[in-house]
Amino acid sequence: MNARELSKNEYFFGHKACAGCGGSLAVRIALKVLGDRAVAVLPAGCMSAVGFNFPQLAFANNAIISTFAGTASMMTGILAGLNARGEKDFTVVSFAGDGGTADIGIQALSGAIDRNDDILYICYDNEAYMNTGIQKSSLTPYGARTTTTPPGTVSRGNEFRKKDMFEIVRAQGIPYAATASIGYLTDYMNKVKKASEIRGTKYIHVLAPCPTGWGYDTADTVDIAKAAVDCGVWPLREFENGVYTETPARGGDKTEYLRRQTRFSHLTDDEIAQIKDNEYNGRK
Amino acid sequence: MLKPTLHSGEFTYPEGTYFEAGYLTQKNAGWRTMRPVLDDAACIGCLQCYLHCPDGTIFETEDGKIGFDLDFCKGCGICVKACPKGAIAMKPEREAGQ
Amino acid sequence: MSVQFISGNDAFALGVLLAKPAVISAYPITPQTVVVERLSEYVADGLLAANFIHVESEHSALSCAIGASAAGVRTFTATSSQGLLYMAECLPYAAGGRFPIVMMNANRALALPWNIYGDQSDSLSQLSCGWIQAYAENAQEALDLALMAFRIAEDARVSVPFMVNLDGFHLTHTYEPVDVPEQELADKFLPEFQTDNKIDFDKPVNMAFSAGPGHNKQFRIAHHNAMLRAFDAIAEAEKDFADIFGRKYTGALDAYRTDDADFVLVTLGSVSGLARSVADELREEGIRAGVLRLRYIRPFPGKEIAAILNGKRAAVLEKDLAAGRGGAVFTEVASVTAAATLSAIGGLGGEDIPAAAIRGIFKTLADEPETEVLYL
Repeated sequence: MNARELSKNEYFFGHKACAGCGGSLAVRIALKVLGDRAVAVLPAGCMSAVGFNFPQLAFANNAIISTFAGTASMMTGILAGLNARGEKDFTVVSFAGDGGTADIGIQALSGAIDRNDDILYICYDNEAYMNTGIQKSSLTPYGARTTTTPPGTVSRGNEFRKKDMFEIVRAQGIPYAATASIGYLTDYMNKVKKASEIRGTKYIHVLAPCPTGWGYDTADTVDIAKAAVDCGVWPLREFENGVYTETPARGGDKTEYLRRQTRFSHLTDDEIAQIKDNEYNGRK
Repeated sequence: MLKPTLHSGEFTYPEGTYFEAGYLTQKNAGWRTMRPVLDDAACIGCLQCYLHCPDGTIFETEDGKIGFDLDFCKGCGICVKACPKGAIAMKPEREAGQ
Repeated sequence: MSVQFISGNDAFALGVLLAKPAVISAYPITPQTVVVERLSEYVADGLLAANFIHVESEHSALSCAIGASAAGVRTFTATSSQGLLYMAECLPYAAGGRFPIVMMNANRALALPWNIYGDQSDSLSQLSCGWIQAYAENAQEALDLALMAFRIAEDARVSVPFMVNLDGFHLTHTYEPVDVPEQELADKFLPEFQTDNKIDFDKPVNMAFSAGPGHNKQFRIAHHNAMLRAFDAIAEAEKDFADIFGRKYTGALDAYRTDDADFVLVTLGSVSGLARSVADELREEGIRAGVLRLRYIRPFPGKEIAAILNGKRAAVLEKDLAAGRGGAVFTEVASVTAAATLSAIGGLGGEDIPAAAIRGIFKTLADEPETEVLYL
């Protein structure tokens, strides 16, 4: 897909996300791919906090805030209800953050995959609990400063590596799983489009940088998201009909990627050099 | 075109937490210190700026160029970097207003 | 109509079958399990065209039910005890969202100590969660309340979720003869569910949103007023119910020989029948005893309770004990009338309440007016 093939409608507009927010771009673009008959389900997190402040309601399509831990189960309920109503040709899509997906929401997500419910679960990953003020989640990469992993005299920031959600959902035998980045929107749009045409549970994990939490200029969001892919810390992966594919790294410089973000600024050059890709992206 | 729209005046409270989709009562313009300004001659209408705007505030004009919805642009500057022709520049609001 | 010899759980499941929910999402927990087993069987046998969703937790059970209700279809779930508390976050969510979900709660003690038997600590801990709460006395009322719950919850004036409580084991697992209505009559009583509070592709909505200071109170007060309007919906539903099925119910309260009583025992749930027979015995001995059963505790029929207990002395018998405060039901009743002087706590962790214990409550009320608390 390209820009001209997208719906001209703006489904996510007038929201109160920070300037340069990567998450809001991920939501906006996915809804432009999915169109009028998308039902958006958002748990607590940045995107629900910025989009649903009555009377400032920023979704042009049907949209609902879910319970934090129950995003996927609410999606299942909506799916079942709309099916019972006889509705056809709709997509129940979530936009859940990294904490909402990999921490508090993983039980419900696993249940939905287990039942193979026909939903499209999109996790926008800004690598911490940004809405509450940049606290560590299980998708915060190794070494990163957050407000709950502050570097101190005996700590060098987050000491845990990022959880690999892609492998977790793949291990459950999901029909479709992909990682994406808002730095490569065409790839993301194609994956959203493809996922919407597959029956059963689909999972897309889109890296969505956060200027506020990562510490970089608001204009650089898309650049940073590209650089994460290029340097290999965020490979674009796809699992479809049991077949795994991956876009190889494009030769970017990991040190340069990390150095552009103040959340890593406490790390020495040696420490940065020692960070392995798998500590960043959680892979085995 | 479907899009959340700005409403003014009174509204009636709904009985519960459900309301007309895309009902806006506030602009976001006040957030901005810099605004995007287009060099019309340099714009090739590729729509990369439109594609990458997190706020959906860039649109295609009738002459195949692009326009900015300055009621909702937050001035992040992503469009400047998305433009392959360097046709967009950020100007301070104070200067742009003159 | 047919008479079947069935348990409270069976009866409730039959009531749900007659209500024809489109979506059922539930997670098993003792002593609720028979209800979800029966409903699964109805679905498996094609008797009930519902989508039965095997969720992974009670939190998901109610989250899923909220989703289904947001799609505008009739939705049922059931739980008990730890399960009710595991879904506790979703209780005010469903209520504030004004989703008229019906839930059966099999009343069971809360851990710790672990205990699977019946007391009312679970639902009484959730009085402020915004749901209608009714308590069935017997299997027949359980079935009838299943039907009435959908009707009242879905009433456009109300649109609030409805929790029907059955005493764990004492009611859920006790067998009684139950009149099971014909489907045709159930359909006559219970109209199809219609709501504006739903996903609509022609007129899209944003739902379950935030409302900050200033706006927030509008929704909270509207919810409260809707709960108060439920009294009217209950009265109308019971009138239609009596016309269609021939069984009469008496609104939020069920008063027995209270008019000329000197001493009234306020009860909740399945112990009420025994309380009435004890009251009858005492009357033969010259003690003017009566029983006031709370059928509904939310909305709370405070004025009616105060009127009935006016000039009498009353005890409240309940199966819960809020540490540091006492009985939750006593607290409620005593808030509307000074007539309630004695709090009787019994049945904790499923302990039987024998007739002698109920007799003891009346005796204490009559002979030791200074006694405030009685642990059975």
